[in-house]
Amino acid sequence: MKLFKGGVHPPQQKNTAGMATVAMGVPSVVVIPMVQHLGAPCQPKVSKGDTVKVGQLIGDTDAYVSAPIHSSVSGTVTRVEPMVLTGGKPVMCVEIKPDGLQEVFEGVKPPVVDSRESFLAAVRASGLTGLGGAGFPAHVKLNPPKGTTVDTLIINASECEPYITSDYRECIENTDGIIEGILHVLKWTGIGKAMIGIEDNKPEAIKVLSKAVSGIPSITVHPLHTRYPQGAEKTLIYALTGRQVPSGKLPADVGCIVMNVVSVAFVASYLKTGMPLIKKRVTVDGSAVKNPQNVEVLIGTPLKEVFDFCGGFKSEPGKVIMGGPMMGVSLFSLDLPVLKLNNALLAFDEDESRIPEETACIRCSRCVRACPMGLLPFELDRLVNAKKYEEAQKLHILDCIECGCCTYTCPARRLMVQTIRIGKDFIRRNTKK
Amino acid sequence: MENRLYMSSSPHIRSDASTSKIMLDVLISLVPASVAGVYFFGLDAALMIVVCIVSCVAFEYLSRRFLFKRSNTISDLSAAVTGLLLALNLPPALPKWMAIVGSFFAIVVIKQLFGGIGQNFVNPALGARVFLLVAYGTKMTQWTMPRGFNEAVAITSATDALTFATPLGALKEGGELPGYLDMFLGNIGGSIGETSALALIIGGIYLLIRKVITWEIPVIYIGTVAIMSWVLGPGGFLTGDPLYHVLAGGLMIGAIFMATDYTTSPMTKKGVIIYAAGCGLLTVLFRMYTNMPEGVSYAILLMNTAVPLIDRFTVPRPFGGDAHA
Ligand code: SF4
Ligand code: SF4
Repeated sequence: MKLFKGGVHPPQQKNTAGMATVAMGVPSVVVIPMVQHLGAPCQPKVSKGDTVKVGQLIGDTDAYVSAPIHSSVSGTVTRVEPMVLTGGKPVMCVEIKPDGLQEVFEGVKPPVVDSRESFLAAVRASGLTGLGGAGFPAHVKLNPPKGTTVDTLIINASECEPYITSDYRECIENTDGIIEGILHVLKWTGIGKAMIGIEDNKPEAIKVLSKAVSGIPSITVHPLHTRYPQGAEKTLIYALTGRQVPSGKLPADVGCIVMNVVSVAFVASYLKTGMPLIKKRVTVDGSAVKNPQNVEVLIGTPLKEVFDFCGGFKSEPGKVIMGGPMMGVSLFSLDLPVLKLNNALLAFDEDESRIPEETACIRCSRCVRACPMGLLPFELDRLVNAKKYEEAQKLHILDCIECGCCTYTCPARRLMVQTIRIGKDFIRRNTKK
Repeated sequence: MENRLYMSSSPHIRSDASTSKIMLDVLISLVPASVAGVYFFGLDAALMIVVCIVSCVAFEYLSRRFLFKRSNTISDLSAAVTGLLLALNLPPALPKWMAIVGSFFAIVVIKQLFGGIGQNFVNPALGARVFLLVAYGTKMTQWTMPRGFNEAVAITSATDALTFATPLGALKEGGELPGYLDMFLGNIGGSIGETSALALIIGGIYLLIRKVITWEIPVIYIGTVAIMSWVLGPGGFLTGDPLYHVLAGGLMIGAIFMATDYTTSPMTKKGVIIYAAGCGLLTVLFRMYTNMPEGVSYAILLMNTAVPLIDRFTVPRPFGGDAHA
């Protein structure tokens, strides 16, 4: 097995690994944004006053790179208007007042799948987007561009971010669903084999998955070294196949498609029931949370209600993060809703939330040694701060995967990821023209 | 409550490394060498250490406050490290006011004039030592007898400073060579902190364990000196005495503590190998082919100035892509 260079070992904090998932039930309101994926936003298909049911389509678009959006509750649409979410820009949202009955929409029934095309259509209709983080629509991913030959389906169960255990719980609680989903994908896409990659700090999951695939030659389970960011697409593909995805290329260019373990299990469940993606398992943890646990949450549930479900806060939260502590997004409000790609909600107390003061780089080279992409983070930081974007581009700033290893390890507390993001944004905006 | 949520870019957790912790580790790692220096060279050595640390910290504070109008940085402890390293690189009997001049040169001229920590292009302590060598050559090459040589010598007084040959001086000018054991323990003439290989190695191991430094620079540097001094021996090809060269002079302190200075060493593994081998090669060339007995300071200083160039030519190949010149 290949091991990528660099990386870091943050404290794992997998406090919730042993806790079975608890379903939260229906919240007082849901707010469902029309963009929950990379790609074109959906148009609302309902208006204020409409009644909707569970699984009913409420947003869609004709654009290919996009995924439809469904109601997670039965109830009445109370608002259809733009709201400010994480990105800072207003996003069209549908707000629904649940009636608590959770009546299922009549149109929810198992799709008929008899070909590659009907399979991809079903995946699109399910509303599935990459659940590992980026939120790339699954049907796009499963339909690689012409000229590429994919021979390996990689199932990402590595879950290398601290705190998060939602993928792990999937492995334990829905082992057979995962295998079933993989077999569907292999069958309908014609990919020959699947490899499940999982960090070796989860022996229990490795055990149950290995047992489940015995007798299925096309699926293999591979324990991986525990080192962040093992689960990043490029490092994962490298670990399992020895192939390096070149700069600016897709996994399909080296013959791989990567799917998150929860995503692939969802494919199986959708084909069986026809119920689209309306709920997520979310790890709720962090020093400010009273009862950390894994919660099954309906999409659109306000974060505040999720935290309340977990006993509320034991101390005033200083920072709330959607996702893991290495790559997650900090939030400005607890009124924001849970999204499809959420896998964790963390709330840290005041002490852990303070942003350390940036001091001068001492050229210790820790960031260089930690960068899994082989970049020079301190130099990118310096160049972007000096507005020397072209030089930064020559040093491959666009290859940065924003994993955070450099900033994590820096003794001078340089905010390198933040600076690099600014640099990447600037370069992207100025090369598009 | 909601307005009080901190917003920031990921990552939201940090390792516990910090500049001041690293500098504290360096100070701790120099304790054995400092103790050995005081043991062998007496109170004078202790006084020198205090004078250098206090003056370096004071110059850092004063110059940033009044001259450069920058923030106060003495709590990062880097000025204290420079002071200690400078003291350990000075002869025990050097007049203290010269040490203060050296501290001024290290902190104000080399470090702060170029923008403070991380910006200087040569190691401040080494730069100051070489400045003092040029300015006060005689005093800088008067060596005190270590205590073990003659217990009767009043080692606590600066007036007792004798012109005492260092091992490398003896090698160059003829004279009795000390034994390996004395060299290993530090019972020889030399700068306060450079004589005891044992104490320096203990400090080096501490830095390795604490992951403050990596093995490459010390091992490659010392290894290159060993090989080259053997190859280029006085009696011709392969006749040198590598052990003697490794234990003598400022090599140990240079390779473990001076060449590993973050600011003035390269950023990539490849660069570090070139740099360390260059330091080793230059050290041997200086020792063998110039009339200076010692070459470590000059070798490291020269390689320090080559670091920007080395960095430019050792940009790593990014994952999955091609190296960019
Ligand atoms: S530069 Fe980018 S890829 Fe490299 S460690 Fe930093 S965030 Fe990760
Ligand atoms: S880790 Fe921080 S201090 Fe060290 S080289 Fe990188 S940016 Fe500079």
